[in-house]
Amino acid sequence: MRRDDGGRIDRSRVLRFRFDGQEYTGHPGDTLASALLANSVRRVATSVRLGRPRGVFAAGGEEPNAVVQIEEPFPEPMLPATTVELYDGLVASSLAGQGRLAAGPDPARYDAVHAHCDVLVVGAGPAGLAAARAAAATGARVILADDQPEPGGSLLGTRDEVDGVPGADWAAATAAHLEERPEVRVLRRTTVFGYYDDNYLVAVERRTNHLGAAAPAHMARERIWRIRARRVVLATGAHERPIAFAGNDLPGVMLAGAARTYATRYGVLPGRRAVVFAANDGAYAAALDLADAGLDVAAVVDPRPAPGELWAARLRERGVELLSGHVVTAARGDGQVSSVEVSPVSSVSSGGVSSIDADLLLVSGGWNPVVHLYSQSGGTLRHDEAIGTLVPDASTQAVEAAGAARGVFALPGCLADGTGAGARAASASAPARPVDVPRAEEPPEAAPLAYWLVPAADYAGHFVDLQRDVTVADVRRATGAGLRSVEHVKRYTTAGTAHDQGKTSGLLTSAVVAHALGVPVAELGTTTFRAPYQPVSFAALAGRDRGALHDPVRVTALHEWHVANGALFENVGQWKRPWYYPRPGEDMEAAVLRECAAAREGVAAMDASTLGKIDVIGPDAGEFLDRLYTNLMSSLKVGSIRYGVMCRPDGMVFDDGTVIRVADDHFLVTTTTGNAAAVLDWMEEWLQTEWPWLRVHLTSVTEQWATVALVGPGSREVLAGLAPGLAVGVDDFPFMTWREAEVAGVPARVCRISFSGELAFEINVTSWDGLRLWTAIMDTGLVTPYGTGTMHVLRAEKGYPIVGQDTDGTVTPHDLGMSWVVSKKKPDFVGKRSFSRADTMRADRKQLVGLLPEDPDVLLPEGTHLVATGTLPEPPVPMLGHVTSSYRSAALGRTFALALVRGGQGRHGERLYAPVGDALVPVTVTSHVLYDPEGARRDG
Amino acid sequence: MAERRSPAAAYAGRFEAASRGEALRLAELPFLTQINVRVDPSSPAAGDLGDALGVPLPVEPNTAVRAGSGADEVTVAWLGPDEWLVVAPEGYRLELLRKARGDRHGSIVDVSAQRTTLLVTGPRARDLLAHGCALDLHPGVFGPGACAQTTLARAQVVLIPREDGFLVLVRSSFAAYLAEWLLDAAAEYVA
Amino acid sequence: MLLIPCPWCGPREEAEFHYGGQAHVAYPEDPAALSDEEWARYLFFRDNPKGVFAERWSHSAGCRRWFNALRDTATNRIHGVYRVGEPRPVAS
Repeated sequence: MRRDDGGRIDRSRVLRFRFDGQEYTGHPGDTLASALLANSVRRVATSVRLGRPRGVFAAGGEEPNAVVQIEEPFPEPMLPATTVELYDGLVASSLAGQGRLAAGPDPARYDAVHAHCDVLVVGAGPAGLAAARAAAATGARVILADDQPEPGGSLLGTRDEVDGVPGADWAAATAAHLEERPEVRVLRRTTVFGYYDDNYLVAVERRTNHLGAAAPAHMARERIWRIRARRVVLATGAHERPIAFAGNDLPGVMLAGAARTYATRYGVLPGRRAVVFAANDGAYAAALDLADAGLDVAAVVDPRPAPGELWAARLRERGVELLSGHVVTAARGDGQVSSVEVSPVSSVSSGGVSSIDADLLLVSGGWNPVVHLYSQSGGTLRHDEAIGTLVPDASTQAVEAAGAARGVFALPGCLADGTGAGARAASASAPARPVDVPRAEEPPEAAPLAYWLVPAADYAGHFVDLQRDVTVADVRRATGAGLRSVEHVKRYTTAGTAHDQGKTSGLLTSAVVAHALGVPVAELGTTTFRAPYQPVSFAALAGRDRGALHDPVRVTALHEWHVANGALFENVGQWKRPWYYPRPGEDMEAAVLRECAAAREGVAAMDASTLGKIDVIGPDAGEFLDRLYTNLMSSLKVGSIRYGVMCRPDGMVFDDGTVIRVADDHFLVTTTTGNAAAVLDWMEEWLQTEWPWLRVHLTSVTEQWATVALVGPGSREVLAGLAPGLAVGVDDFPFMTWREAEVAGVPARVCRISFSGELAFEINVTSWDGLRLWTAIMDTGLVTPYGTGTMHVLRAEKGYPIVGQDTDGTVTPHDLGMSWVVSKKKPDFVGKRSFSRADTMRADRKQLVGLLPEDPDVLLPEGTHLVATGTLPEPPVPMLGHVTSSYRSAALGRTFALALVRGGQGRHGERLYAPVGDALVPVTVTSHVLYDPEGARRDG
Repeated sequence: MAERRSPAAAYAGRFEAASRGEALRLAELPFLTQINVRVDPSSPAAGDLGDALGVPLPVEPNTAVRAGSGADEVTVAWLGPDEWLVVAPEGYRLELLRKARGDRHGSIVDVSAQRTTLLVTGPRARDLLAHGCALDLHPGVFGPGACAQTTLARAQVVLIPREDGFLVLVRSSFAAYLAEWLLDAAAEYVA
Repeated sequence: MLLIPCPWCGPREEAEFHYGGQAHVAYPEDPAALSDEEWARYLFFRDNPKGVFAERWSHSAGCRRWFNALRDTATNRIHGVYRVGEPRPVAS
């Protein structure tokens, strides 16, 4: 029911919304929860397991019941209605514990930002504002983050005054002053949800959600803040905790502080006639505020024998009955509270029950400091007997808690605590400046009683976790089954594991366990809290790292041509490499066969720019490479090129590529596309950590150069046409040498190397000139572009392995049939010692072989296992190896494969079987070199 | 005959469109000369290289120096204890540095096409980069005279702050990705 | 996200670094002189303490220098970093 006045809502504007199909109205400043209560909607959810009706229970993010589905403008599941700001056109529905993800893609933008500060203050309640104010006064860089649309925290929900003005006004003025400072940032609607190593905190700012359909499309809907703070002040406040009694889940049972907030902040009375059941003074203030707001408060029921006389007098003034030494034994009603049963503490178990008519039962078992972030930071918690809850203990990072977050609940204490914490936090960065503490009235205080559970014979209706439908009876079943640890009880009962992560139920669960076991709560130990504090959408976490920006796409200088000419692309690491260039009507198989034929019979060209390239420069460059490659590099002549293999110390192949000698003290090393960064790291590692005396410098030049492989018997003629100044004859330009020349008018380094067995040239120009070179080659009209699909077939026909495809970190150069690349002369190189280990000398190691399926049309799937017999024996079936590469060959006129096979080099001619589906496909083992084994085609 | 092409050439129009407001200016500075210099900073060769550049090689980590003007204007950025990046106008004579090194140990490598240079300036330049850079870009911490090799979004970059913004040097193969990223992040500032 | 103090560049985010395993495991002077077992020990055996551990890191997205760090494997606290060739400091 909406009050006629009061609250921080704008009654001059009406917002229309729908909930469960019904039209309602609310006002700016409302949450969905306050608007529903204003419309007297009591049932807002159905419980997940028992199907019981549930109502709004809290007023903040700790809400366990009112978790709703937003339907429009964009579907979003499982949002606490207490955190959804009302906007015009909102459509929501109630849930029974499970939401639904949107079926369509989320059209909104999301982003992230990094921020740095001297002091991060989390929470803009009285303690947080006081802390930010004190820290900012020193000139320190301050960030103040708060999850509400306006600062003030608890001040928004009470009628307390600070410095002689209403608390909310003081909060607004303080925040405004803070925002005027250039080094202070105030973040509203921002929940700090994770606290990680080295004072790294992550928050989510909800920037346009509250605007509904009016949200501007260019603004990120949510933003993740990644904050690195020198010091942190956690002023995260406290959550009120419930008490377990029969029927404590009925709609109408609500936390007392929440009801006070609805009345004060939102101008809403959540019922007509209330009973307050509390064991602490805070609830008295709530009862008085509510009575003043027009709620009929029938009674305050307090198990403490004698609460403070001042409170009692104030209740009397307003005609509210005080039942001290009493408890509520049950809330009764059909679908919602209609009466409350009350009993003296002394006779709870022997009857003596009286009943009070009420539609609202306001509960306060005390307050739990919000210690989640403190615990996430690595700080330990301790059990404070006096307030019956966990409070921060020892910190491991530069953090302190202030105000209610560390158990200081009264307003003057919070203000003083925050001021002190803020000043201390800033003192690490800036000279201290004394700040006066904001003033507030000291309330009368009597010691609170940690009261959790109203004793009963049957606990089946005493709810502990409303969201998981866990009762005291469930917890007692767990302890009855022998569970002694709260962590185990939580797993057994699921208490505390729902969407709300037990914000209201966690400590109650512990207390009920302790009661069942007959031990003090403190003895059960403490909980470790983990991020996120509140659920965060994956879209927010992803930020702009999705779609095309999900992972960097690396492209070569020729990429635009490939796209324009219909190439399909293969991902190689982060690179997009042309895969094949289908002509109209061609599938991949047809295109690759055509491209292969062009390379073997005519001339074809491939963009090879993605290969890693490293300049190795210095007087000791040759020796350095001798230590890393298995073969000798220092003997290479200037102008020549050598293929090389690098192994790890364990003798397994790590990378391969060509090495060209540019000058006496200058080599250029190429690496495989995917390994470029790893090889450079690897080289630096040996150079810096093992051989620092070697005079060598390494510089990556991968993208300095664009590289085009010009391949095929006709390649010499094409090159000659493009480079009239270059002598391209076989004697002038022998295999494995390089020349400087102008190609297509562009300075180039041309290498005579081949990864196909055909006559081939690799032409390198600066990447700025890459497109010019490629266009000139294509403009000859003689050259077929080919992609990695064809490259793979061509090299496999020649038995050239691809590191990472035909090897997997367990393969030596010898296993690849490349003993020739392993120097026997060099005293040592990385990997050498391992080649004389017993394991690497075994005859039955898996070795690279060729496979010819007996049916020349059968294409073996890569990864297929190989077995020895045509019928499978009983498991375990001895596995002989697997297929690493498999293609259709235009040159061979059939399919073929490469495989790693146990003792394969001794099996040539043997028949093996490849299980494909239900069939065992017979294959013949051959040499891995299937095409032109004599190397006759190399020189054209 | 096609012209040479810079890595972010395709983005010139969109950069210009994003630069129309007051908040930001985005542009590629194509074809700058970039030279990777490796030398022992305590060696005579390092001194001679400094003379050739017109400014000593900076030895303080994360710093950059500027010297000269016009065709001789160079920015020398510290990349490592024995590594620098020289950024100079197109046509800057690399041979001068090779000559200064002589046959002493050290390396002078032309990396002009290895990275391209993006200019990000304007009042919101810092805010824009903060969306993807974990460094503290506060002018009091990272202002002119500083430099850093770090990551921006998911690309490695060399960042060189200027009075009015930053030079962002990015590997050529990542230039399109980073251009898309910058334009996407800029949407809020240029709308 | 750890903040790792590169001995050259100062504190940078963990994501800029590559991990290099246990520090001070030198490549053997003369691998050929080692027995298979000794060589296997170099190849495959590393310490895995709970507590302070000397390990190698490379500032791969920054200055590309390898260095050593004393990191507490239980708390992730880095007690010190030192350049290659510098002696291991006494952990605080």
